[in-house]
Amino acid sequence: MQIFHPSTNTISRLSIYGAVVFIGLLSYVLYEIGQSPYYTEQNVPQVQPVPFSHRHHVSQLGIDCRYCHTSVETSSFAGMPSTQTCMTCHSQIWTNTPILAPVRESYETGRSISWTRVNTLPQFVYFDHSIHIHKGIGCTTCHGDVGEMTITWRATTLQMTWCLDCHRHPEEYVRPRDQVFNVNYAPPPNQLELGRKLVREYKINSLTSCDTCHR
Amino acid sequence: MNVNNNRENTRDEDKSRQIATGATPSRFWRGLADLNGTEEARRFRADEFPGTESDLQAIEANPHANHISRRTVLKYMAASAAMAGLTACTILPTEKIVPYVRPPEEIVPGKPLFYATSMPFAGEGAGLLVKSHMGRPTKVEGNPSHPGSLGHTDIFAQAAILDLYDPYRSQTVIRDGEIASWDDFYAALGAMRGAWNANKGAGLRLLTDTIISPTVGAQIRAFLAAFPEAKWHQYEPCGRDNARDGAKLAFDDYVNAFYQLENADVIVSLEANFLYSGPGHVRYARDFAARRDPDSATRPMNRLYVVESTPTITGAMADHRLPMRSSEVEGFARALAANLGVEGANSGASASGQFADWVTALAKDLSAHRGSSIVIAGDEQPPIVHALAHTINEKLGNVGKTIVYTQALEIEPVNGFESLRDLVNDLNSGSVETLIIIGTNPAYDAPADFDFVHAYLKTANRVHSGLYYDETAELSDWHLPQAHFLESWGDTRAYDGSVGIIQPLISPLYQGKSALDLLLILASDTHLSAHDTLRNYWMANRPAQATAQPFEDWWETMLNNGVMAGSVFPAKQMTVKLPTEIGSPAASAEPANSTQEAIELVFRADPSIFDGRFANNSWLQELPKPINHLTWDNAVLLSPGTANRLGLKSEDYVNLDLSGWKVGAPVYVMPGHADECATLNLGYGRWKTGEVGMRRGVNAYYIRTSNQPYIAQGLKIQRTGLNYPLATTQHHHLIGPVGEEDELESVQAFERDLIQVSTLSDYKTNPNFTHEGEHQEEADKPESLYPGYPYTGYAWGMSIDLNRCVGCNACVVACGAENNASIVGKEEVLRGREMHWIRVDSYFRGGVEDPEMYFEPVPCMQCENSPCELVFPVGATNHSPEGLNNMIYNRCVGTRYCSNNCPYKVRRFNFFLFSDFRTQSTYGMRNPDVTVRSRGVMEKCTYCVQRINHAKINAEEQNRLVRDSEIKTACQQVCPADAIIFGNINDKSSQVAKLKAQSRGYKLLEVLNTRPRTSYLARIRNPNPEMPAQKLHPPAAGTIDQN
Repeated sequence: MQIFHPSTNTISRLSIYGAVVFIGLLSYVLYEIGQSPYYTEQNVPQVQPVPFSHRHHVSQLGIDCRYCHTSVETSSFAGMPSTQTCMTCHSQIWTNTPILAPVRESYETGRSISWTRVNTLPQFVYFDHSIHIHKGIGCTTCHGDVGEMTITWRATTLQMTWCLDCHRHPEEYVRPRDQVFNVNYAPPPNQLELGRKLVREYKINSLTSCDTCHR
Repeated sequence: MNVNNNRENTRDEDKSRQIATGATPSRFWRGLADLNGTEEARRFRADEFPGTESDLQAIEANPHANHISRRTVLKYMAASAAMAGLTACTILPTEKIVPYVRPPEEIVPGKPLFYATSMPFAGEGAGLLVKSHMGRPTKVEGNPSHPGSLGHTDIFAQAAILDLYDPYRSQTVIRDGEIASWDDFYAALGAMRGAWNANKGAGLRLLTDTIISPTVGAQIRAFLAAFPEAKWHQYEPCGRDNARDGAKLAFDDYVNAFYQLENADVIVSLEANFLYSGPGHVRYARDFAARRDPDSATRPMNRLYVVESTPTITGAMADHRLPMRSSEVEGFARALAANLGVEGANSGASASGQFADWVTALAKDLSAHRGSSIVIAGDEQPPIVHALAHTINEKLGNVGKTIVYTQALEIEPVNGFESLRDLVNDLNSGSVETLIIIGTNPAYDAPADFDFVHAYLKTANRVHSGLYYDETAELSDWHLPQAHFLESWGDTRAYDGSVGIIQPLISPLYQGKSALDLLLILASDTHLSAHDTLRNYWMANRPAQATAQPFEDWWETMLNNGVMAGSVFPAKQMTVKLPTEIGSPAASAEPANSTQEAIELVFRADPSIFDGRFANNSWLQELPKPINHLTWDNAVLLSPGTANRLGLKSEDYVNLDLSGWKVGAPVYVMPGHADECATLNLGYGRWKTGEVGMRRGVNAYYIRTSNQPYIAQGLKIQRTGLNYPLATTQHHHLIGPVGEEDELESVQAFERDLIQVSTLSDYKTNPNFTHEGEHQEEADKPESLYPGYPYTGYAWGMSIDLNRCVGCNACVVACGAENNASIVGKEEVLRGREMHWIRVDSYFRGGVEDPEMYFEPVPCMQCENSPCELVFPVGATNHSPEGLNNMIYNRCVGTRYCSNNCPYKVRRFNFFLFSDFRTQSTYGMRNPDVTVRSRGVMEKCTYCVQRINHAKINAEEQNRLVRDSEIKTACQQVCPADAIIFGNINDKSSQVAKLKAQSRGYKLLEVLNTRPRTSYLARIRNPNPEMPAQKLHPPAAGTIDQN
């Protein structure tokens, strides 16, 4: 007596191959979601209490990064400008514009402006700005073309694989120290040659040991 | 079971024989269970977390108890595998950045700042440097320029951070149990002050702890001058009354004595635990350890003699230790004094016969070291012992060389018990209208015979100010929250009189006010701030040498340094003026008698939670107490002999009856404890404090009376037949052969002891003793089939000097504070799941009556051939090119394979969500440089990799290499004895490389070829060859049964 109907053969074949295809497809879909701006927030402008334009301040006015991000050369944290920093100029210019009302209010009340964080890492990752600056990694290498951002967004995925790209091949990204804060810097055609020279000169270690970032 | 019992009997017979012949067994043992080879010890030796093993056995024994079938387990496994993958898909939550409005000048976001301050505690001020991250104090370190600290601290200073952020701290003014405000109190105070003005303060009483703060002292004096009828009482349950009265007895004046141990060749402790408690103990540990280098040509090793009842770390460091009942110490001191020619010291002392040989040899050694010896009396010993110690020191010409006398540290030295007795009498007579209690908790810790609670309730106005809403607060009309010392301004004095300023690290988290603030309020000087008051006081009273400098400059410099230059008390010339009564020994010292019903009871401040004030501090509660490793509880400590005689074993619950005062307590059998004597630690059994400290352990204050507060006679112990589990970590992480199924490799590994000990004379003749028994053929064999990794850059390593380590546990608390370690609670400690990354194992050698005791701190060994790395399925633990064995928490899935394969048992696993992610107030406490671990994650010592990385970044930015001693691990930085040294072993000129090259260096389980980076320096004892051979008490009848 035949227990199974002949079609079972087809169904079983279909389900075995189907499962392989399904798992492959699912993995692909999950991978794509993981890379997508939906998940990484790459290139997604963040809404801020004050629509601060880097493009205006950096490219048009030529203010140096370090004017606001004061601790970038000395600390792990680049630093966010205090209200006082904003008010050094804005107590003189654009003093009545409604866009800047939160800044004025903060200055009057002493209550801080609550900015939305754009570049963020998980809490088990320890990143240090100062050493990257010291080793000749430019601001725009990670933060993208900040000089063109009217509202700031995350320029890269900030995923571990992205970190490792540079940690494994720093010569592809390093630039001369005097160009670190240049937002218009374009890598020269002989980047690899220059990079290898700078890696030697700046004693750049290719640190890929886990404890470099995780502890 | 029969077989087991037989085996144990045989072992015990062996032991008895060895004891009878005077030979000590050479084997080291971790505790009685280990010595007797019980099932408990076997379990802990076989497994790192035996709690899980017992779970499995329970399931095997009764598989349907929880209705978990194999199928269900598989379902859960599949589900958790799927879920584990999904958890990686969470989108990072949106975070806010909140910058300053007007940034403070010094703060660089992301960089910590250090401020100097002082911690007032137990009669002195410890000098501290406190790390502050963006205004949040996160870690306490010692202040290197402070004489009492020299950059190190004890456990209490380390744990102070947790007290600051403790959510159970008193947060608001409470009136009759209802929330009120400071304004309400001001109004009520106004009415009270009207009455004081009218009657000059008659009926007004102040009760404080021992005041050593010059400014607060001046405030109280001014207050008493304004209200001349008011009275001031001082009481501390574990204060230094005996030391004060002893000085008064010897010199007819209150003086402060401090020791210069670096000049002492021979040290005698009359039950003084000077390495662990009392003013100056951090400094003393350092000075003591500095003289323990067997290779030093210029500074020969010192020799320490200790007589004591209950084993302490000072006793463990002794070259000769004599256990005796606390009441016998007086007889010993008299005999010693008489032997050294103090007239009339020993007339009629009966006890001298028992230790005549000891005294003779000791007196000879002391006489040979006139001017370079010292006799120290313990704070628990009666005043006469202190007076005798002063007399002996004078006789030996030690004064000015190893001991210095200065004026008293206290503003108003009094006997606390007498002071409180006066107060209670006044309370009972109804002559007290208002009692203001500042910073003490007498409802809990007053002697039982005072019946303080009822006396207190007879007072009309009861005001209490304290850190917690405690037992006294509950009975008070007004409870006022006190500010933590990290939130307040103040001053204090160190053991030598140097003034340290208490500087706030943060403004009060709650509505707390310090004693200084409160006295301003009481004196109606609220227009002045505490800061002004402090400045004004020191403007008028600064040391003479500083008056040339402008005050502002002087003040700023002093705040920066944390210690006031030139404020050390000048040495005082004192001459002993002993009255003639010295000739009559106290009658209480009856010789020990094994037939008597009643024995002696010794009260001690708890080594972890002190007099009870740290009861709510879980870091200290879970800290294994030195030597017996008890956590979360106190117990009646009994010697094995006495326990045997009384038919008791550890964890038996007994009723204690001390002349009619009764309390129930569990028993713990303590090797090395004096016979016919019991020890009970104070500080437990709190019934009103935070949740952490409430209803834990036994309240020893229930049976403590004012006439015998430290050494009490007439304790009767009654069995109840009940059992009380004690969470001791004594046998946790036990390393040794498990049993018959051992592989040859591990049998070989355990042939060599984990702890290496020799004597100074043996060491001189055989400096390479730690390498004895190393098989030559083993050494010739290639260590691995694979070529070794070339460590070309930094190679981090650690050396731990067992000769210096005093076993104070400071490293354990410091490690937890630095690395955000979590606390697991008593139930989990019982299953061996405590989370300390570094542990201080204690080892015993010899008979149970008077064993030698040793300490061995064990952090991760950072093996070059790590067994843990090889078995990791997900690569969450990896080796770094600098030799660190990294632990990557975010990769860990919790298989526990790694801990299973770690021969040193240094890995810790988060079986539950041990880290507190819910209590907001503790967020600020965490070290932002270290991940807070969640459930299901393995963790372990990282050599403080966050500190290594910071130092490396710092060095690279300055285009140099990391300097030697630039990186200090948390355990190294805190260590009062400098026993732990960390550094780059590739740099042959580094301190750690030099230490590792010493001949007494050795590694744990070296035969396993794990190539540990943590290595040890063997312990060298310095016994006196003329001492009588260790006199062991007659073997106890019967066996010591731990089952």
